Amino acid sequence: MRQRSLFGVVILSGVYSFLMASVLIVLDAVDVAMTEASVGAGVSTVLLLATLHLTKTTEATSFRGTMIPLFVAVVTGAALIWSTFDLPPFGTAEAPIHKHVAPYYLENSLRETTVPNVVTSVLADYRGYDTLGETTVIFTAGIGVMLLLRGARRRDRAADVEGSS
Amino acid sequence: MSLDLILRIGTKLILPFILLFALYVQFHGEYGPGGGFQAGVITAGMVILFAITFGLRAAKRIAPQALVERMVPLGVLIFAGTGVLGLLLGHNYLDYGPLAHDPAHGRVLGIFLVEAGVLVTVSGTMTALFYAFAERGR
Repeated sequence: MRQRSLFGVVILSGVYSFLMASVLIVLDAVDVAMTEASVGAGVSTVLLLATLHLTKTTEATSFRGTMIPLFVAVVTGAALIWSTFDLPPFGTAEAPIHKHVAPYYLENSLRETTVPNVVTSVLADYRGYDTLGETTVIFTAGIGVMLLLRGARRRDRAADVEGSS
Repeated sequence: MSLDLILRIGTKLILPFILLFALYVQFHGEYGPGGGFQAGVITAGMVILFAITFGLRAAKRIAPQALVERMVPLGVLIFAGTGVLGLLLGHNYLDYGPLAHDPAHGRVLGIFLVEAGVLVTVSGTMTALFYAFAERGR
């Protein structure tokens, strides 16, 4: 199957994000599911559609062969699937990720922060640096896009003024 | 304009509930799922829905571009400022304990401030990005 219409691709990626949000709900990660649904399926789709509004809506035909991309995709996929065999069984309490700092958070979060949602206390308090970094990433990305899009427009206008005078 | 009557009325009906849900997600994030990031995106989604239905100019009346673009650095400043507050009170950076007499209450206050900062930055950035894209298309 080949989808050349980028509009269809954007809608499909939105559908994919919603499916992923459902998967995350099944995994009991409600906070992440909410982010995935609102960012992945909501805002990203809107921004991608806005991008399509600025560019062409069909994919340009590639002149290169498809064998190398196919090979890379198959090898990467096989390596990822192969590496899952080394993961601990799904949902086990013996997994290394549950043995490091997670028990401390679960036991002491309510006493130390009086916040019942451990996800919130880990995000905003115990791992405050990470969240500050994330916020700075969003800030940087936003400033970058605004500089690119609005800066170019100002330059266009300046060129127009110079050209007309 | 009579053709999109359903869209216009439907949007007007649903907007306050979207905003209310965003506030709920923001201020209930300590008890249920959610927090500043999700609430910011939902708030921006409200503005974007308004802009799609009523046009960019109407959206800029309820969320002025200058304000939205100032919100982008303001949120990071709130977040980092909360951290500096901990420094000034003689503790580590981003340690919210000393913000109140009881360290646990200080942490609640700190989490509240930090989440507010995330909300401001995320909603501002998403709306500003949409404005930047939408303006460019004309």
